[in-house]
Amino acid sequence: MDTFIQQLINGLTLGAVYAIVALGYTMVYGIIQLINFAHGEVVMIGAMVAFTVINALAGSGLPPLAVVLIGTGCAIPVCVLVGYAMERLAYRPLRRAPRLAPLITAIGVSIILQNLAMLVWSRNILAFPQIIDIKLYNIAGATITNVQIVIILTCILIMVALAALVYRTRLGTAMRATAQNPQVAGLMGIDINRVIAATFAIGAGLAAVAGVMVGTYYGIAQYTMGSILGLKAFTAAVLGGIGNVPGAMLGGVVLGIVEALGAGYIGTYTDLCKISGISDWLTQRCANDGHFVLFGSNYQDVFAFAVLIMVLVFRPSGLLGERVGDRA
Amino acid sequence: MSLLEVEGLEVHYGGIRAVKGVDLVVDEGELVCLIGANGAGKTSTLKAICGLLPSHSGSVRYSGQEISKKPVYELPRRGLVLVPEGRGVFPQLTVAENLAMGAYARRDGDVARDLERMHGLFPRLAERRSQTAGTLSGGEQQMLAIGRALMSRPRLLLLDEPSMGLAPLMVAKILEIVREIARQGVTILLVEQNAKLALEIAGRGYVMESGVLALAADSKSLLADPRVRQAYLGEGAA
Ligand SMILES: Nc1ncnc2c1ncn2[C@@H]1O[C@H](COP(=O)(O)OP(=O)(O)O)[C@@H](O)[C@H]1O
Ligand SMILES: [Mg+2]
Repeated sequence: MDTFIQQLINGLTLGAVYAIVALGYTMVYGIIQLINFAHGEVVMIGAMVAFTVINALAGSGLPPLAVVLIGTGCAIPVCVLVGYAMERLAYRPLRRAPRLAPLITAIGVSIILQNLAMLVWSRNILAFPQIIDIKLYNIAGATITNVQIVIILTCILIMVALAALVYRTRLGTAMRATAQNPQVAGLMGIDINRVIAATFAIGAGLAAVAGVMVGTYYGIAQYTMGSILGLKAFTAAVLGGIGNVPGAMLGGVVLGIVEALGAGYIGTYTDLCKISGISDWLTQRCANDGHFVLFGSNYQDVFAFAVLIMVLVFRPSGLLGERVGDRA
Repeated sequence: MSLLEVEGLEVHYGGIRAVKGVDLVVDEGELVCLIGANGAGKTSTLKAICGLLPSHSGSVRYSGQEISKKPVYELPRRGLVLVPEGRGVFPQLTVAENLAMGAYARRDGDVARDLERMHGLFPRLAERRSQTAGTLSGGEQQMLAIGRALMSRPRLLLLDEPSMGLAPLMVAKILEIVREIARQGVTILLVEQNAKLALEIAGRGYVMESGVLALAADSKSLLADPRVRQAYLGEGAA
């Protein structure tokens, strides 16, 4: 098996999902300069709602694809409502407040949503029923599953649609205008409250789809799953240049691939048995199975945050982000 | 009934009274200018008229209706548009997108024809339609800001210092455009520090000093008024 190609495929799958979630962070940041730390929780709620629906319909005899689609169809409106409500109730009243206030509020919203989810869906790890027949396909010495193919293609489709929305429609132009100068946008007849609410709603809809994907890909969901996923997607947004839509897409994919390659190779490169000659103790240790791995693939998460730190140190504006001065 | 009637308008910033009881009217079809030194309160007056700033007291009636409590975004729909100080173009949108945003409030299908009209009025914008607005020169940005406002088909256009920061040749050009727009039937309230040029194209003028209107007269008498000549036209005391 070719580790490189395999991890590339896994990374692309994960990265495509990160990109979809990162878009929610970056669009909200672009328009009101708020890092919506509760966005990861919206992904979690999407996964939870999908779990409930898919679980209920698993034995119904409906085709698996239809069950997943119905699950997604239920998750999207719930998440859109959650996204809309958090903007309306938590962030809009603080629009003119110092920037720290909405940031702290975002953390509060995140805690509230997690605890609500715990009350509704319990603290347990929920296992999605295995309704999809996993099919494996070989490409270039590696395997890709039908689920991975669907996830990657769906994400590409969503990104193309979103780019068209942002760069080709009246609403998208109004969103960019509001991001650049909300006061003048108002003078042009744009109801900026509606545009901002729409931005939250769109981001939440994407989060719902991402939640369903993550849930079905890993086969599990839990009320805490949003935190780490949210942080990684936020990292992807920062990596691409926060506020920049193509940047979030690029950042997501790059982060997914870095993470997967990192996880794939870290074990090999931190296997101390490669240098077992340097001490007798090590030689003895390696006599058993020939491996003494310092960092295993369970260190996967480290890569995302190493990337975050490196971006913040060396290129805070991100891969595609404009320097702060370019904002007029 | 005048198109715009402002009565006893006061604007405060915290404890600072920036506008202290302003009364002004603009009739349909007029080009009226509001001149005054930096800090006199001209921008604050315009912002309060549009509801961008809360007015402390007084009333603003547009076309007979009180508008000071109306949300800002409703005004273009009623034909009232402000071209703000500093132009306020969207720097990362293209020229064409900026113009399209000017027509945001309109629901009729005539936008394409107005776009053609803008390109006729501002050939330079036509050449640069797919460039981002941030890459335009100051004069071109001002043209874009005015063109964008015209896209909404305004009845009343409020212009806040369109000549600010422009080279003399461009100032003359912009004011010529303002005169042309007025000739086409758009009512205009023009705020300017460049008193001479403003009074030359306007029918009437108000002079603002430290938050109050010190003078109000037709342009000819203001141009001849010794106080105006001394304070705003750069002439020594007679
Ligand atoms: N945001 C603000 N906060 C406090 N004071 C302000 C603010 N904006 C304007 N002012 C004050 O209000 C007065 C009028 O300002 P402005 O309306 O901008 O005058 P003008 O447009 O005639 O130059 C000035 O003294 C200015 O310092
Ligand atoms: Mg001013």
